[in-house]
Amino acid sequence: MELLGLFNYWIFAILLMIGFYAVIAKPNMVKKLLGLSIFQAAVFLLYITMDKVDGGTAPIIQPGAIDQIYSNPLPQVLILTAIVVGISTTALGLAIVVRIFEAYGTIEEDETQQLDIEE
Amino acid sequence: MTVLFGIFLLTLLVITAVGIVRSENLFAAVMLSGIFSLLMAANFFILDAADVALTEAAVGAGISTVLLLGALALTPIQERRNRAGRWVALGVVTVTTLMVVYATFEKPRLGDPQAPVHQHVAPWYLEQTPELVGIPNVVTAVLGTFRGYDTLGEVIVVLTAGVGVLFLLGLPGAVGHRKREELASGRSYLGHHLIPQVVGQLLIPFILLFALYVQFHGEYGPGGGFQAGAIFAAGFILYALIAGEREALTIISPRFLMVLMAGGALLYGGVGILCLLLGGSFLDYSVLASDPRTGQQWGILAIELGVGISVAGVLLAIYHAFAARGR
Repeated sequence: MELLGLFNYWIFAILLMIGFYAVIAKPNMVKKLLGLSIFQAAVFLLYITMDKVDGGTAPIIQPGAIDQIYSNPLPQVLILTAIVVGISTTALGLAIVVRIFEAYGTIEEDETQQLDIEE
Repeated sequence: MTVLFGIFLLTLLVITAVGIVRSENLFAAVMLSGIFSLLMAANFFILDAADVALTEAAVGAGISTVLLLGALALTPIQERRNRAGRWVALGVVTVTTLMVVYATFEKPRLGDPQAPVHQHVAPWYLEQTPELVGIPNVVTAVLGTFRGYDTLGEVIVVLTAGVGVLFLLGLPGAVGHRKREELASGRSYLGHHLIPQVVGQLLIPFILLFALYVQFHGEYGPGGGFQAGAIFAAGFILYALIAGEREALTIISPRFLMVLMAGGALLYGGVGILCLLLGGSFLDYSVLASDPRTGQQWGILAIELGVGISVAGVLLAIYHAFAARGR
């Protein structure tokens, strides 16, 4: 039961590496970006896991509540902004992929490299 | 009970992630990534992060799926099978996973109140927010005032990414040589389907109303500019899917979208400059009113509005850039 408190961190490690696998092993660029967003989500999970306090609630202060425990607001702020930045950078990556497809006719990394060598 | 529920959700997350990586049809992978985000949002919620859960649900499950689909409409849907270097990658990934798992044995357990992360500035934020700022939602207070510089930087990053996408793909009527009139009228993804049309038209006013609620209720409950901007953009994207690209760009013209993108960030920075002019330091809202607490509340309201406008503008512009490309 004591070790169950680490379960979230293990899932973090597994998700992180599933995302990383997609980035390094898949030549398809959209797949790489999907892997990158899984990687990102894993980091979000790590931070949000750290904010939890036993018996706590969301850090919105209730008037009149005495001795209420609140979870840590700081990791939440960091991740809240990171999520929106994450989607913006993913969109930028997708735009680059679209332009690569228009220029090369493929979005598989090994094929674009082959076309570069042939030129 | 919550622990069991958490373990269930986390296991589903891993299964979905494996599904995303293994699926050779990218359309299926994108749909799975929407499910992945929704599961992640549920996870955040049971970990007490209501604001983050709202953001992840609106941005990850909503906008991000639409943007990926918009990109897939312009690129091949089928991934080519390629197994070169698969075993090397699997080996690297397995070894790294084991190393990271080994490192977690040093981590404090989930929910441990003695963990170092809870000993630093967090208790100060929780204690001082009612006194210094006087709003109930501590997340909004930290976001808006205590870490206002950081948030300003994030808004600039979002704006920069939006500008980058527009340079790469163009936006008819604003960036690039294509004109808005060149887009085919009434052509839309959902134009031929009756049920999404009727349901969508019913939902759009409520989505926009909810966005306004999330925007202006952010000081009291979960919400704020980032979430409201994403929800607002989602409402207009739904309209564009139903009525067509050209009609949507007639309601909010591309040039006005540019103004929104930059104007939101400018409003945020402008509040900072105003604080300087009134004799305070940059983004120190206490000087905005005679009572420092009222000043803080006004400042947060103004910068959250700036964040909301900027995020909504950027996400909408990015969507239109993808949707109008190649038509």
